[in-house]
Amino acid sequence: MRRLFACLCIWMAVGWVGPTLAETGSPDRDTQGQQLLEALDVRSYVDKSQAINQLIASNHPRTRYWLSALLDGRLQRTDQGHFVVVVNNRGRNWPVEDALSGEGLGEMSRRDLDRIGINNALRNQLRSALAVVDLYSSQVDQRLASAERLLGEVDADLEDVISNLQAKEENSQVKKRLAQALAIYQLEEKGDLQAIEILQGSLHSRVRVALNRAVTGDDPELAQEARLALNSIQQKLKINDMAETLYFGLSLGSVLVLAAIGLAITFGVMGVINMAHGELIMLGAYTTWAMQQLFPGQPGLALVLSIPAGFMVSALVGIAIERSVIQFLKGRPLETLLATFGISLILQQLVRTVISPQNRTVITPEWMSGSLVVNDALSLTLNRLYVLAFALVVFALLIFIMKRTRLGLEVRAVTQNRAMARSMGIRANRVDMLTFGLGSGVAGLAGVALSQLTNVGPNLGQNYIIDSFMVVVFGGVGNLWGTLVAGMSLGVINQVLEPWAGAVLAKILVLVFIILFIQKRPRGLFPQKGRAAGD
Amino acid sequence: MWLTQPLTERSTRIFLGSLLLALLLVTLLHLAVPEGHPLHFSAYTVNLLGKYLSYALLAVAVDLVWGYLGILSLGHGAFFALGGYAMGMYLMRQIGDRGVYGNPDLPDFMVFLNWDSLPWYWLGFDMAWFAFAMVLLAPGLLALVFGFLAFRSRVTGVYLSIITQALTFALMLAFFRNEMGFGGNNGLTDFREILGFDLRTDATRLGLFIASGIALGLGYWLCRAVINSKLGRVCIASRDAEARVRFLGYRVERVQLFVFVLSAMLAGVAGALYVPQVGIINPSEFSPIFSIEIVIWVALGGRATLYGAVIGALLVNYAKSYFTGVMPDAWLFALGALFVLVTVFLPKGIAGLLSWRRKNRTETEEAAA
Repeated sequence: MRRLFACLCIWMAVGWVGPTLAETGSPDRDTQGQQLLEALDVRSYVDKSQAINQLIASNHPRTRYWLSALLDGRLQRTDQGHFVVVVNNRGRNWPVEDALSGEGLGEMSRRDLDRIGINNALRNQLRSALAVVDLYSSQVDQRLASAERLLGEVDADLEDVISNLQAKEENSQVKKRLAQALAIYQLEEKGDLQAIEILQGSLHSRVRVALNRAVTGDDPELAQEARLALNSIQQKLKINDMAETLYFGLSLGSVLVLAAIGLAITFGVMGVINMAHGELIMLGAYTTWAMQQLFPGQPGLALVLSIPAGFMVSALVGIAIERSVIQFLKGRPLETLLATFGISLILQQLVRTVISPQNRTVITPEWMSGSLVVNDALSLTLNRLYVLAFALVVFALLIFIMKRTRLGLEVRAVTQNRAMARSMGIRANRVDMLTFGLGSGVAGLAGVALSQLTNVGPNLGQNYIIDSFMVVVFGGVGNLWGTLVAGMSLGVINQVLEPWAGAVLAKILVLVFIILFIQKRPRGLFPQKGRAAGD
Repeated sequence: MWLTQPLTERSTRIFLGSLLLALLLVTLLHLAVPEGHPLHFSAYTVNLLGKYLSYALLAVAVDLVWGYLGILSLGHGAFFALGGYAMGMYLMRQIGDRGVYGNPDLPDFMVFLNWDSLPWYWLGFDMAWFAFAMVLLAPGLLALVFGFLAFRSRVTGVYLSIITQALTFALMLAFFRNEMGFGGNNGLTDFREILGFDLRTDATRLGLFIASGIALGLGYWLCRAVINSKLGRVCIASRDAEARVRFLGYRVERVQLFVFVLSAMLAGVAGALYVPQVGIINPSEFSPIFSIEIVIWVALGGRATLYGAVIGALLVNYAKSYFTGVMPDAWLFALGALFVLVTVFLPKGIAGLLSWRRKNRTETEEAAA
């Protein structure tokens, strides 16, 4: 009851104040806009039509807004002669906006408003005008988007306008699009052979629709040409499809490599089975989430900062695991497996209890969302591209550390012959600790990257642990390059299988393939040779 | 005779004797003691104990390969689940036309998927003898193929553990698919009767409990007999020094394959006993975490003792039932801590503690003498 009363009060106040406001208006009124609108408010439809053309040519920023309002019959004039746009024409009192400034003017009685009327001819003119109005814009991307919308939408009314614009257009992309739009019209309406030449090689779906129609049309010569054009387009599309599959495969592969590369160090180089590796990945992902909570509103900064933070958190947890459990289980790989599995359970439950059993949302910063458009049929999602690049950078860094630094040298020395390395003065226990920390830290980095692709939840790590072990074993234990090749190829194989087998079956097939592969080559794709091979 | 040889052993006599005693005691407390009496065992408790006993048989199967063959299988849950599914398929067919859709041939989930006939691999499961044979054959066959490939190419140690885990993971994904024809996500459930006995009556539950106990006893006996035979000696020797046994002229991979398949079949029997007692089988039994949990039962009880595996399975599962009832959040912490503590501080498990005390006592007696 009270609320109703309040509504009534507001309505009355607005009802009184609204027109008064409109009367006073702002001092610096848009005189050009006012003139353009005045020209529309004439009796003769011929004059109105000219006024519309004038309006389009004026390049006024609000042109599109006025034209669509005029088309819907929402462009109206008050008794005082101000132009307004009705926002919602239900009921007796309509909320309106000032046509020139766009500011809300509250509600007005419908009796105080006069509609600027149009007839069917004008309606058609307005529809085409709306289609081309953005082509007058000074921004290239607006013109391009508008040209794209015109594909297959060109009609006799628009043809002249567009061909004029096409001739004047400076941007080559927009020019090409407009030419294609015109060519589709010419092909469909006039059966123009030359149009096919212009359409040749375009991957846009509307072009294919038009060519398909021409193939089934009456003109045999045209059909023949169209068929040829269509075939070459299909060829191109096939290549694009392959490129897309490859991209998704490499993207999946980069995720696998990221998840497995830390394991390639702890398991491959050190020989420690760390079943908690997945949980170290999870901790990295949660670090990203925590950083975004620390820097609200700056997801990009938080993400960049979580790269070192995620590394540190996982590395420290990894070192703690190594010091507290793994070092006591040296030389007992199966027991290490069980103990670290226990740790993975504890870490999972810890996250569930302390943070939440539900998934957390990690925001993707603006510069990572969207996609890179290669052509009409192929666009690459940016976040996957970034992860792919990130995986390669991490891999390159690890190779550098293992091959070119003191730590890498000591790690290799300790794994090849522990006793000898110790007698040369290498502190083997410290090297163990640092190596395990490095591998764990890389798992944290994987988590940071994964937070951009999947849900961040307590089970995140579990989903990757088996895959990671598979990648390392497939690539050959102790071989970082093997891990890279194995991860990438498994990713691609999975994506190639997916279309005809389905996601789950593809995964099963890949697992079975690896199981069989290990029977054939127990030491993986790239077995270690020489002293590093151990036994 | 190698089959009766275990009875000459003190540990086997004690184990089988106490198992028999426990079975009799539970039956007596369930049937003879009136309800409401503090010593009365309810049908629920009997059912729970029956479930533990089937787990114990599974643990014995794992101990056979891990303790005596040195193969850490992280995929024994797969054999358990396959045996369970074979039993589940039999129980599904026993429902007949009493399902929700009343179809005499097709189980409810197939009617729901609009299938018009049974897939070929469901044929024959309406006959008990066939289904019970499949309980042994399905896991046995999988173990035979998998083991043949793995042992022939000498995949051992950690590699074998990881690929057994991948095996059960792949099977889990496969059984989750509806198209597989095993009920997908929901698995097989709503069972009515087994061999004509209504599954919901207390008497059937008691019967299943006793059957589980007998199966455990027989399984234990069989494992012990195999281990004490000459083949078992080769088995233990190959665990400790595989290359040496090979050079002595033994075909290690054949021994390994035989024991592995035997263990898989025992796991299948355990699964088949488990399913009618819990009333459902679904793909979660294939999950790698369950398989790895079995290993910790064995580790806690003590490897390479068999009775240790039984003790471990009973203790951990009792603790699990207790914790998940009282503090569900604490269970995973406790389980995780158990993994770490047992492997670091108790490498020989509870059985190791027992024999260590006995050894100490004999040593002090010898010293006194």
